Amino acid sequence: MTTPASFLTEEMRQQAIGEKSAPRTIDVEKGAIIKFAQAIEDDNPVFNDDMAARDSRYGGLIAPPTFLRSVGVDRPTYPFDLPFTRLLDGGSDWEYFHPVRAGDRITAISEITDINERTGRMGLMIITTIVVTYRNQFDRVAATQTSTSIRY
Amino acid sequence: MAEQVYWDDVQEGIELPPVVKNPTTQQLVKYAGASGDYYQIHYDQGFAKNNGLDDVILHGALKNAFLGHLVTKWMGQAGDLKRLACQYRGMDIPGTPVTAKGVVTRKYQEQGANLVDCELWLENEKGDKTTPGSATVALPQR
Repeated sequence: MTTPASFLTEEMRQQAIGEKSAPRTIDVEKGAIIKFAQAIEDDNPVFNDDMAARDSRYGGLIAPPTFLRSVGVDRPTYPFDLPFTRLLDGGSDWEYFHPVRAGDRITAISEITDINERTGRMGLMIITTIVVTYRNQFDRVAATQTSTSIRY
Repeated sequence: MAEQVYWDDVQEGIELPPVVKNPTTQQLVKYAGASGDYYQIHYDQGFAKNNGLDDVILHGALKNAFLGHLVTKWMGQAGDLKRLACQYRGMDIPGTPVTAKGVVTRKYQEQGANLVDCELWLENEKGDKTTPGSATVALPQR
């Protein structure tokens, strides 16, 4: 696949920054938390054992720190077509404000906060910073996740 | 469960007990199901190769979860995770072990909380840090 030497203009950057996804809401099920903890092979009782978690200061199961990935929030739509199909995840920076508990209803929205291009080993890449805000049923921000996505 | 760690007892420079992981293709499929990330580069070798990769690779988010495991295990049930960050610098493939490691870099008090910053990383068999990261936790006081 051939890629152009340059793609993004300042005007396109300004169009993209601030673009938001539709909200996505899920109910956090006990079974989903346990399945996630098993998949990452983390045997911490507060993620796996309802009885033990009841005796903890949380009073019940809580979700492991990266469980919120499973909310499956949509990515914001780019206001233009990207000439790339390949995608890599560059990293994540999570901030936590309230624990996510079994029974919570979480609503997530993602937003493009920055976009740039860079030429790397694999040619031209578009690097997008996306912030996902996860709110619970009390409209409190449970966590934010700033991630970097690389298209090439 | 390990004994609760207290802020008073933590010193800058101490290491977090490492967590060794042995990810397999089966774990990647389990993680795909549990997280809803069905991108084929994590379980379809032909697809991965067509995307310029040598093999299927670990989900970045799974490596993020391994670092989360490391720090939440260390801080114990009375600890609070405030921040967890990592960058996916190098790729890891299933069938080779990775070890989550960490070291305390700063101990301080802020707005009534007893905080500790840690540098975290995931290391492969060769000792390469494929996934550097960091975390901030609040710990209880004795």
